[in-house]
Amino acid sequence: MKFGVIVFPGSNCDHDAWFAVNRNLGQPAEFIWHDSATLGDIDAVILPGGFAHGDYLRCGAIAKFSPVMQAVRRFAGDGGPVLGICNGFQILVEAGMLPGALMRNRSLKFICREVRLRTGTLDSPFTAAAGRGQILRMPIAHGEGCYVADEHTLDELESDDRVAFRYVENPNGSMRDIAGILNARRNVLGLMPHPERATEPLMGSSDGLVIFRSMVMAAQLAAPRL
Amino acid sequence: MTSPAVTPEIVAQHQLTEAEFRKIVGILGREPNHTELGIFSVMWSEHCSYKSSRLHLKKLPTRGKLVVQGPGENAGIIDAGGGYVIAFKIESHNHPSFIEPFQGAATGVGGILRDIFTMGARPIAVLDSLRFGPLDDPQSGRRNRRILQGVVAGIAHYGNCFGVPTVGGECVFEACYDGNPLVNVFALGVAKKEDIFYARAAGIGNPVIYVGAKTGRDGIHGASMASAEFTEESKQKRPNVQVGDPFLEKLLLEACLEAMQTGAIVGIQDMGAAGLTCSTCEMGSRGGTGIEIELDLVPQRETGMTPYEIMLSESQERMLLVAERGREEEVVRVFRKWGLDAVTVGQVTADGKLRVKQHGRVVAEIPNRELADEAPLYDRPHTEPPRAPQRPPVNHPPAPDSAAALLALLASPDICSKRYIWEQYDYQVRTNTIAGPGADAAIMRIKENGASVAMSLDGNGRYCYLDPRAGAMLAVAECCRNLSTVGAEPVAATNCLNFGNPERPEIMAQLVEAIEGMAEACRFFETPITGGNVSLYNETLGEGIWPTPVIGVVGLLKTGAPVTREFKTAGRAVILLGGVGRCDETQFGATQYAKTIWHDLWGAPPALDMDLEKRVQAAIREIVAAGLAESAHDLSDGGLAVAAAECCLGREGVGVALHFESDLCSEHLLFHEGPSRILISTGSPDRVTEIAARHGVEALRAGITMNAGLSIGNRGTALLTLPVDKLHAIYEGALEEQLRS
Repeated sequence: MKFGVIVFPGSNCDHDAWFAVNRNLGQPAEFIWHDSATLGDIDAVILPGGFAHGDYLRCGAIAKFSPVMQAVRRFAGDGGPVLGICNGFQILVEAGMLPGALMRNRSLKFICREVRLRTGTLDSPFTAAAGRGQILRMPIAHGEGCYVADEHTLDELESDDRVAFRYVENPNGSMRDIAGILNARRNVLGLMPHPERATEPLMGSSDGLVIFRSMVMAAQLAAPRL
Repeated sequence: MTSPAVTPEIVAQHQLTEAEFRKIVGILGREPNHTELGIFSVMWSEHCSYKSSRLHLKKLPTRGKLVVQGPGENAGIIDAGGGYVIAFKIESHNHPSFIEPFQGAATGVGGILRDIFTMGARPIAVLDSLRFGPLDDPQSGRRNRRILQGVVAGIAHYGNCFGVPTVGGECVFEACYDGNPLVNVFALGVAKKEDIFYARAAGIGNPVIYVGAKTGRDGIHGASMASAEFTEESKQKRPNVQVGDPFLEKLLLEACLEAMQTGAIVGIQDMGAAGLTCSTCEMGSRGGTGIEIELDLVPQRETGMTPYEIMLSESQERMLLVAERGREEEVVRVFRKWGLDAVTVGQVTADGKLRVKQHGRVVAEIPNRELADEAPLYDRPHTEPPRAPQRPPVNHPPAPDSAAALLALLASPDICSKRYIWEQYDYQVRTNTIAGPGADAAIMRIKENGASVAMSLDGNGRYCYLDPRAGAMLAVAECCRNLSTVGAEPVAATNCLNFGNPERPEIMAQLVEAIEGMAEACRFFETPITGGNVSLYNETLGEGIWPTPVIGVVGLLKTGAPVTREFKTAGRAVILLGGVGRCDETQFGATQYAKTIWHDLWGAPPALDMDLEKRVQAAIREIVAAGLAESAHDLSDGGLAVAAAECCLGREGVGVALHFESDLCSEHLLFHEGPSRILISTGSPDRVTEIAARHGVEALRAGITMNAGLSIGNRGTALLTLPVDKLHAIYEGALEEQLRS
């Protein structure tokens, strides 16, 4: 399974995503520059963490206009899996590919710490390999990760079983402890925590691999290859 | 536009003495014009020229078997093995951080990062050594809290966006930093050995290319500001502080590293202090060449800038590079890809002069070497450093019980957890952080060569105030001990020397003694100084800071699971490597106990036996390398009791029962700060003892880990007993509580 890691000028977790997938998961991965209008021959997209265009205006507000985002939108429309991590999640909501918005943390401060996540649904290509309600340890590192949406949207996310992860101890004020959500078609996941930073024992946790392994498993089930 | 005439008043405003002015006239063979005067004033400022300290800095050891590049470049470089090198350096941004804490600290980070990637190295770690005035002072507490919040937010803003993890450092509070906070930033990067770049202008006729942000009027005279004392008017110098743009710096990093790969770049230097002036004349001086630039070609943010303003601007996120003639386009193409300006503004010449033109007319012409390297050199008079009283004042209140004293120390801002600060830093980005904030030393793996590098910053103004020479030696010893405790072999160092006004003989004496102490210790521990920074005139309204030399040591180790300070398992033997140590009334006056419990300071710093220290460090490295230490933590501020308490604060909440047979009184036993001691827990005490014996080091079997809190006794008497959750709550909550008050 070939992963494409989108690189905006201010992406700074692009190499981490590449390293997690390529070295710790053992799958091929390549970088895709933000002004590319096509994605090439890839099976999954990762929108990595960072500060895409500096994000002085609003996180992801400029990135959504990048040529590559048109390609990502088409890729998702064709059913391809798209994983947005941290800034990637912010870009996905700005681009309207996921509902809601990400606001300043309740503390108004950047927070970097390990958190525990409770897996909310197993019905997605990102969580299929997890256990029911499995607790995953991985870090957060963001200043604007407080997930907000109107009541109707939140109810719908829950009734559609689209809350992929919730914080066990809510670090940033996110509504209903939401850490990650799926789109209606369940092939786009945005989450604030960093699974790529939890992919080997030296990082302090390997729990993030559950997400990447799920993606590989789902791809194999969808299109068995020799 | 006509530039002002150069009058004696104008010369004085530029902080140049009459003798310095005469020297300038001698070099030029005529009087300088206003622009030239400005150029000389920044290059010959204390900040850029080290005119008061250079004579003494020569005493520092700078060579070692792993040193690839010593002082004189943008950063020092050592060989990290496998064809890779690490570049590292520390720099101060004290003055700007007082005037404008957020931008001052942010641009401090930006400046040191450029120093690293200028050398061709990608930054992988930042550490900060911070000093503030007391947070709870009735008069200045509010301001000090605001400065701390601003500095921390500035560091976070810049480092997080740039994408470099901030993985450690120190944060200390003393009244002497009230009007003069210290912000020292250390950065470290990795490069391939054959891809190191130097700041030299070579090849007559090669183009000089300006890249990065446009030049504005910000930061004019920043270097001179950093070379003067503070007065009431200093706040008006806010416009002298530059504004940082970490996103732009990130673009500059990626573009520079990518452009370096083209092979078309001959030399490169960042525009830091003294901006375009410094980068042009220093590159020319190092290359033995001249540089001619046309200011009309310099990208400008504002209109109507004078040559004086353009040459002295300290606008951030700019670089100057020399490319191979005919290959400019290859370089420009890379910068364009990253959306950055890259403009040829001049060329390398043969005449050794910095020639600045505007509208085709020469507006400044100065020989590079004289300007960059022949700044005045002062052997400033130095007498004796001021001394504190040698005996403890007799009117101390009775000592509180030991448990209360320990809790007070754990809650004191110097010792308590700095989590509130470091959780605002992304300390993991790039996934190389093996041990981050809160550890004795930070450990970063180098993915490229499979090795790891450990690093730590240390300084102790209290010790150095009492005895600058001994204090500096203790700082080096402790910094090396921090590295050894995590299993790393210290190999090289960088220093940041923060002092008051060197024109005062007693302050100059502090500087001289501290440098000499540092030199002796660095020579002994074989950690040559590969670069650093001197920050003088740290005074406000005539009140100087304590002498605060900060040392950053780097060490190498094999990549693997780190040995951390917290106890992991109940039932392990606990060994105090180095034994209980020595202390007397005089040395107790330097401790955190004297500071926190008695609000006092007297006597002398702890006695350091360098030979013993070296053996203790060799022993712990061998113990860690053999996998025998389940935890290890060196004793420092607050002594044995604080170290033992810190070891109990792991996720597992494992405590310890320690018992001693010591002649020391209980305060001294628990809280003295004698060096050369490390507390470890182990499942193999006999093997640890055997290794220690081989190094001639005492391995005192002091107790056993257990799930029942912390208890310490001496000669059959319990000195203190405390539950772990209480230690935890006080240690973790103290800083935030002080900041909220």
